[in-house]
Amino acid sequence: MSTGTASAGQISGTRAMLRRFRHHRLALAGTVVLVLLVVACFGATWIAPAKQGVQDLALGPTAPSWAHLLGTDELGRDYLSELLYAGRMSLAIGFFVAVVATVVGTAVGAVAGYVGGVVGEVIMRLTDLFLIVPAIAILALALNGLGSSPVTIVLVLSGISWTYIARVVRSQVLSLREKEFIDAAKVTGTSTARILVRHMLPNLAGIITVNISLAAASAIIVESTLSFLGFGVQPPRTSWGNMLSQASGLVGTPQVYLLYFPGLFILVTVLCVNFIGDGLRDALDPQGRQL
Amino acid sequence: MLTYAVRRVLLSVPIVLIASFVLFVATRATFDPLGKLRQSRDPSVLHRETIRLGLDKSVPEQYFLWLKGFVTGDWGVSTRTGGDVRKMILQALWPTLQLIFWGIVFAVIIAGFIAIYSAVKQYSLADHTLTALSYVGIALPAFWFGLVLIQLLAVLPRQQFGLTDPLLYFVGLHSPGQSGFNLDYLRHLVLPVLTLTITLVAMWSRFGRASMLDALGSEYVRTARAKGVPRRRILLRHAARNSLAPFVTVVALDAALLFGGLVVTEQIYSIPGMGRLFLDSLLTGDVFVLLPWLLVVAAAVVVCNLIADIGYAILDPRVRLR
Repeated sequence: MSTGTASAGQISGTRAMLRRFRHHRLALAGTVVLVLLVVACFGATWIAPAKQGVQDLALGPTAPSWAHLLGTDELGRDYLSELLYAGRMSLAIGFFVAVVATVVGTAVGAVAGYVGGVVGEVIMRLTDLFLIVPAIAILALALNGLGSSPVTIVLVLSGISWTYIARVVRSQVLSLREKEFIDAAKVTGTSTARILVRHMLPNLAGIITVNISLAAASAIIVESTLSFLGFGVQPPRTSWGNMLSQASGLVGTPQVYLLYFPGLFILVTVLCVNFIGDGLRDALDPQGRQL
Repeated sequence: MLTYAVRRVLLSVPIVLIASFVLFVATRATFDPLGKLRQSRDPSVLHRETIRLGLDKSVPEQYFLWLKGFVTGDWGVSTRTGGDVRKMILQALWPTLQLIFWGIVFAVIIAGFIAIYSAVKQYSLADHTLTALSYVGIALPAFWFGLVLIQLLAVLPRQQFGLTDPLLYFVGLHSPGQSGFNLDYLRHLVLPVLTLTITLVAMWSRFGRASMLDALGSEYVRTARAKGVPRRRILLRHAARNSLAPFVTVVALDAALLFGGLVVTEQIYSIPGMGRLFLDSLLTGDVFVLLPWLLVVAAAVVVCNLIADIGYAILDPRVRLR
């Protein structure tokens, strides 16, 4: 079972892949920064300068200073700490949407591509529906109807996001299906499920991994946009998105600095995830062209 | 070409119809059109409205009644404003079409310029800078970018220079009493168009760069060079023209994205267009506006996709539409 097609000399596919990834400097930098962010957010209880939600009403809003690196909000809460705690929600939403959407999308796409026929056709027409109505409208409608608990948000975001990977996987499976090694597996009496899992899946590893990063990045942005429109994570729970939307009224006021930081956190996170995705794409597909 | 266009339109009718049914069922399941009346003391009001709106019938029956009304131009009455839904949507369509028009014009020109420049000067400092900027453009939430723009380009200069009027406005499309295409309009347009297109400019310029590089590395460009065709002519006539076809496709396929972006942009800049109408209707449970809204937008996206196909065939003579 090989995960990469090119293996230089004695080096195994996986080792070669890791080496190519390491040579992608942006991807490496992205990985380092993302790991730091994840550790800081999920270790916030130990790392953050202040406990979550601790108010200092006498202090009120202050600009960034050495005592409060990113300043304090109108309730005197340390903004850096609040952002780290909120990051747990944003990162978790990104992660779970990516996993759910990719698993569902891969399964549906593989079945639609391999089994084909009426089933495949119906599934693909279903994904067409998602292309003609703006995603943000469907998401807002769904969350308005179902409520905005974190679990609902993950499910609804995945509900839109799976269609993309399903299309990609289906087209890949359609071409793999004609390959000789699949014929060989069929002739030897391998079951359909086994062909899909043991013979198809390893060949799809590249696009699937890349898709996880793409889906995570877009989920984080979409959650923040939904928060701004009022359908994202609801207080008292916090996410970067809803901190950003709470700060959106501060344009033109002296506290406008509170608007910059949540956006920068989202920007840096998404940049890192996208760099990692690019690195993975190059590492897993050495023949592929760089876009 | 014409038969192809007609056939495509006919083929997309069932897709839009299925979409409308799914959306109809979904909105009926999540919204109560009579929500406002539930608190009424008079139980007969509820009963009367249920009969009047046909809510006592089965869902498929309701759907066909609604569809009949929609096709014949009777789009119902808004529960929020009491106005005619068709009029409301037509009214909201105008500012939205302006934003989309200027948005596409702006984004295509800027992205096209960046794409050609980056591809020609591949791996130069400018190329690296533009590529880095496009990464940032893709990674930032557009609404945040819009708010930061207001702060940095409208509010801050006014505070710094003590202007009575900001250089760039951030509310609506015209100042009160103003209308038509004038300087006032342009000063209103800059920030919303930037907000609406930032992501698209970033994505399209990256895509354009890739397809331009593709074209520059092709055999026909090498042949043209060998023949001694002037450089500018190679770039524009040979390479740019050929990379235009996939570019146009991507632009048209991102139409749904553009409509989605409007929801946010119009909210930030208080522009009374389709995006605002959607949000206001959703927040007040105005289901009779939501459904026609979704259908109009879906139809617009289908038309954009059709334009993409036809544009591709015009730009790339190897493609025959049948």
